[in-house]
Amino acid sequence: MTKKVMIPLILLIVLYTTSILIDKDMIQVQLLTKNHPPSLEHLFGTDWLGRDMFLRTLKGLELSIGIGLLTAVLSTMIGFLLSVLSTIHEKIDQVISWLVDLFLSLPHLVTLILISFTLGGGFKGVVIGLALTHWPQITRVLRGELLQLKEMPYVQLSGKFGQSFWWKVWHHYVPHVLPQLLVGFMLIFPHAILHEASITFLGFGLSADEPAIGIILSESMQYLTSGMWWLAFFPGVMLLIVILLFQSLANSVKNDLERDIQHEAFIEHSATNHSASENKSPYS
Amino acid sequence: MQLVRYLIKRSIRLAILLVAVSFLTFLLVSLSPIDPVRAYIGAEMLTVSPEQREAIEAYWGLDQSKPVQYWQWVKSLATGDLGTSLLYRAPVADVIADRFLSSFLLMGLAWLLAGLLGIVIGSVAAMRANTWVDRMIRGYCYLLLSTPGFWLGLLLLMIFSVWLGLFPVGLSAPVGVVSSEVTVLDRVYHAILPALTLSIIGVANVCLHTREKLLDILNQPFILQAKANGFTGMKLYFRHGFRNMVLPAVSVHFASFGELFGGAILSEQVFSYPGLGEAIVEAGLNGDIPLLLAIVLISACFVFIGNFLADVLYQWIDPRLRKGGDQS
Repeated sequence: MTKKVMIPLILLIVLYTTSILIDKDMIQVQLLTKNHPPSLEHLFGTDWLGRDMFLRTLKGLELSIGIGLLTAVLSTMIGFLLSVLSTIHEKIDQVISWLVDLFLSLPHLVTLILISFTLGGGFKGVVIGLALTHWPQITRVLRGELLQLKEMPYVQLSGKFGQSFWWKVWHHYVPHVLPQLLVGFMLIFPHAILHEASITFLGFGLSADEPAIGIILSESMQYLTSGMWWLAFFPGVMLLIVILLFQSLANSVKNDLERDIQHEAFIEHSATNHSASENKSPYS
Repeated sequence: MQLVRYLIKRSIRLAILLVAVSFLTFLLVSLSPIDPVRAYIGAEMLTVSPEQREAIEAYWGLDQSKPVQYWQWVKSLATGDLGTSLLYRAPVADVIADRFLSSFLLMGLAWLLAGLLGIVIGSVAAMRANTWVDRMIRGYCYLLLSTPGFWLGLLLLMIFSVWLGLFPVGLSAPVGVVSSEVTVLDRVYHAILPALTLSIIGVANVCLHTREKLLDILNQPFILQAKANGFTGMKLYFRHGFRNMVLPAVSVHFASFGELFGGAILSEQVFSYPGLGEAIVEAGLNGDIPLLLAIVLISACFVFIGNFLADVLYQWIDPRLRKGGDQS
């Protein structure tokens, strides 16, 4: 674990735990202190009902991070499952590749609008919608990887030894693509958060009584012309910071893993060269 | 001849894609809990008797089975009839035609601006690789890739419209002016801020790709030769760098039509700019199914055309790929 991985990770964990610790009752309507600009007492100012924007923003981030984690896990799982299925038979593979192309042929946001329209919005609609729109890229990567892996001698051999398909999946495929699953998951996460905020902002996502960032920002639209800039500015900045943290975390983990894989490939490469020149046995 | 065959192949792909997208969206929409009759009548639903309701359903063909409904819809689509918008009480084709122009203007402006800026900034970054200029530009791009587009729009709206009062707060034309008197200049003036929002976000993608591509080129032997011959700076860039980099960069930019459309939906919503994006949001929120379906199909065509143009640029404009290359 390098510093580049640990710092964003710790910051994110601190941010998430503080937002969990905030009780919903602490965000109270206090009409005496409404529409206050940012001050020491209210770091992010207060809204038209006197609610503290700092607490509301943190609460919104909790929701965003939670939804981001859930959907990233779900779409990574969908991606893995579909790529496993595509190794079973060529026809299934074609269908899945076609499905990937089909989903990529519509703008993300349009698909999201359609799915949450079908499911009637809300938490369930957002989570399912996000999970169903973020799997294509990871499926593409994993599919290529697994199709190669399937032809490897040791995987073929365990099939010949009578191991079942799902045994191979669990003992050969999963360990092999675990790094890609992790990186894929971490790359989906910031996208999912961004799209959650966007779809909620448009009115298709979470309902208006949830403390989501998208809701806060769409409410702030009505107060912009009266100069209450803090309503929109700070929640957006915090969202941006969370996304940046996760992006940098994902990139450092990806770099670390890629370096390891390159290193492995290098060792393998030199080892095979070595053995090829040393063992000139008639069998090889 | 090859070109014709290529075009035919592509058209068939588009047709298959549209059939699949129309089927999928129809399936999704028919699974939704929204009652089309209720969406049409609205608040006066209580005054409608069951008999009247049945009559309406029969009039619209809602009493038929779903496959029959789908077939009817596709048949009328094929003749160019997109149905009637429940929200605007007008043919969908008319509603869209008006908004298409606004959206086209917005996205066109944003696309051009993002492309020009992205290629220029990306080139600067690559030519000055690993200096502080490069680091600044890359930092800016990564920052933008994580920025929620609609939030950026809100910030621009606050700064330029509310504080400085330079631009209008919304809409695509001045209020209180007959639509026939709206000039092109008015339209462009109203599209500037939304387009700026879209292009600021869009720059990041083009810029990073341009930088990467140009760096690849600059690392090749012929550049070393050119440098040895005394070409440096702008001369080197325009003679060798730009020519090799521009096609791939423009291709990538064409392939980003999907993100452009998604961004336009958000940007139009922030600036209440009456384009296709705003229409799809309204249609979705109010259960206006014919309008929703039509815009989904248009967005699919839009993305397809973007990818198609990106392909064409790669395969047909670059003479190196045309000559003896494998076009399959």
